Amino acid sequence: MEIQREERERLLKELLAGRFPDAAGRFGPFGGRYVPETLMAAVTRLEEGVRTTLRSPEFERQLAAELRDWVGRPTALTHAPELGRRWGAEVYLKREDLAHTGAHKINNAIGQALLAKQLGAKRIVAETGAGQHGVASAAACARVGLPCTVYMGAVDVARQAPNVDRMRRLGATVVAVESGDQTLRAAIDEAIRDWVSDPEGTYYLIGSAIGPHPYPYLVRELQAVIGREARAQLLERGGLPDAVFACVGGGSNAIGLFHAFLGDRDVRLIGVEAGGRGTALGDHSATLSAGRPGVLHGNYSMLLYDDDGLIHETHSVSAGLDYPGVGPEHAFLKAIGRVDYVTASDDEALAALDECCEAEGILPALESSHALAGAKRWAKENPGARILVGLSGRGDKDMPILAQYPSRKENRDVA
Amino acid sequence: MSLEPRQRIQKAIESSEGPALVAFLTAGFPAPKRFLDDLRTIAEVADAVEIGVPFSDPMADGVTIQRSSRAAIEQGVTLRWILDELARRDFELGAPVLLMSYLNPLLALGYESLASRAVEAGVDGFIVPDLPYEESEPLKSALDARGLALVQLVTPATPRERLRALTAASSGFVYAVTRTGTTGAGGLPAELADYLGAVKAASDIPVCAGFGVRERAHVELIGRHVDGVIVGSALVEVLERGEDPAAFLRSLRASA
Repeated sequence: MEIQREERERLLKELLAGRFPDAAGRFGPFGGRYVPETLMAAVTRLEEGVRTTLRSPEFERQLAAELRDWVGRPTALTHAPELGRRWGAEVYLKREDLAHTGAHKINNAIGQALLAKQLGAKRIVAETGAGQHGVASAAACARVGLPCTVYMGAVDVARQAPNVDRMRRLGATVVAVESGDQTLRAAIDEAIRDWVSDPEGTYYLIGSAIGPHPYPYLVRELQAVIGREARAQLLERGGLPDAVFACVGGGSNAIGLFHAFLGDRDVRLIGVEAGGRGTALGDHSATLSAGRPGVLHGNYSMLLYDDDGLIHETHSVSAGLDYPGVGPEHAFLKAIGRVDYVTASDDEALAALDECCEAEGILPALESSHALAGAKRWAKENPGARILVGLSGRGDKDMPILAQYPSRKENRDVA
Repeated sequence: MSLEPRQRIQKAIESSEGPALVAFLTAGFPAPKRFLDDLRTIAEVADAVEIGVPFSDPMADGVTIQRSSRAAIEQGVTLRWILDELARRDFELGAPVLLMSYLNPLLALGYESLASRAVEAGVDGFIVPDLPYEESEPLKSALDARGLALVQLVTPATPRERLRALTAASSGFVYAVTRTGTTGAGGLPAELADYLGAVKAASDIPVCAGFGVRERAHVELIGRHVDGVIVGSALVEVLERGEDPAAFLRSLRASA
């Protein structure tokens, strides 16, 4: 979607002034509420609840306490001197992998669980792909005392068995979704169906900055703590970065990291999508780089679909990025040119994962490894830059997948 | 003088003796080659026909229509295919037809092109389950320009003060969902009469109720309060089992 230069400037000013999403739940042309009429009352109630609760002193105090004492915030900002030496840059990592349950997902899960409790919900439903949001939701629901049902594609249940056990141990009911593509997309379809059947008592705890308004706004507000902390930590340690990198699937960690920097016009913001194994439809999950505007799961945003409007299956080595849509605010940030979106392939991400392990003693999630790969490429083209990379989660969950890709160390041992 | 497509739908519902029957089938299910024959048979008995455009992510549908949609997509059924099939038929349909589609296939085709091709194919209107009233203006104006209906859905969760706006925006008829939930799960809520009465009172055009209608008793119960009933999953299951859709629809006619 092309937007003229002057219009872009105006829209960025409006965004910085806090005018998006607007009253219709839109970021420029993107966003909105494309839900069945059955859910309109629930979505409107949620919007009202977000307006009255999210900024109330009591809720803010409660959330801040949980983030500090239960999640373990603020998370560290780690200087990465060896990566910096290799890349020819000054590299800092924002360590969401150190948050409770091992990824940024917990910031959103505990925030929405507290909100659901406040709004009188009787039960919570959530979807999950690789299981990180499912685990975070199960933990947050146990913490606030609400029953939790997690929908997970049957394919993902099979390949992420340890996370299924974690969710069940934390008290959640895990439902294997046999319909559709049996992955994240089908899990969201099924979670929405559950919500449609009881919009009064059920709260849908969505895991990314997607869905109908007010979810993209709500999730962004709950994840924005990542960028606020990182920006303050960098200012204490020598100043703002030249560039900030985050991986983008649905886009919740990226929107959370970027938001505090949007007004810093000299800071380049770069989202890294999953380039998968090739550029053909079905071989990647690079929605912003290769998609078109469309409607899925309640919002108008960039989307991967065929000429008949059918949503296309996607591929990424990282389950968390394997989604055909993206949050509407990212579509907007791309359209106004404030954030650039690039891709990293499966192979680049795997290499970046190994390099981070070897250089800094940190095993990043495969999702986060895409951000590392994008940052490395940019660093080589811009020597001497100061770079912040969002390390959205830890890679322990990826061990079954990584078993198919021997590390270079093992290769050396064999040789 | 010929009627506009949306007026044709309204008239077909109003002129039915007893509650009108609005029949739903998933296009090209169980077999694409049977589509036009099934449609023709069903349109001879029903007062209006909803043709389901299969979608990859039917989030407002129950298991039956999820299954039929997936099977149809696997056999190559798309919105374009449906419009082409309808346009090439060499017989008149006994009832007006509406396409029931999620929004993205309509967006992908483009609203202007959609409206003109719909007219050429003899389609009279649209039902779009993931397009609420607030987001409906761009599609509605493209359809209005051709006299095509955009049917609004109302549900028991719709606040009473919102009913008036939705029924006023609807054309052809108003689609009253009779139970909160996805299609085909059966069972009717106790407060049904109140709810349907409120929709009827708010509407200047006919009201048809659906979701979960399976037998004559449902038709009679709902038909006391509104102008027509919508039969979806139950008819799709009849087609799936290879039974006669016309006989099934006749069996639903109240005291026929």
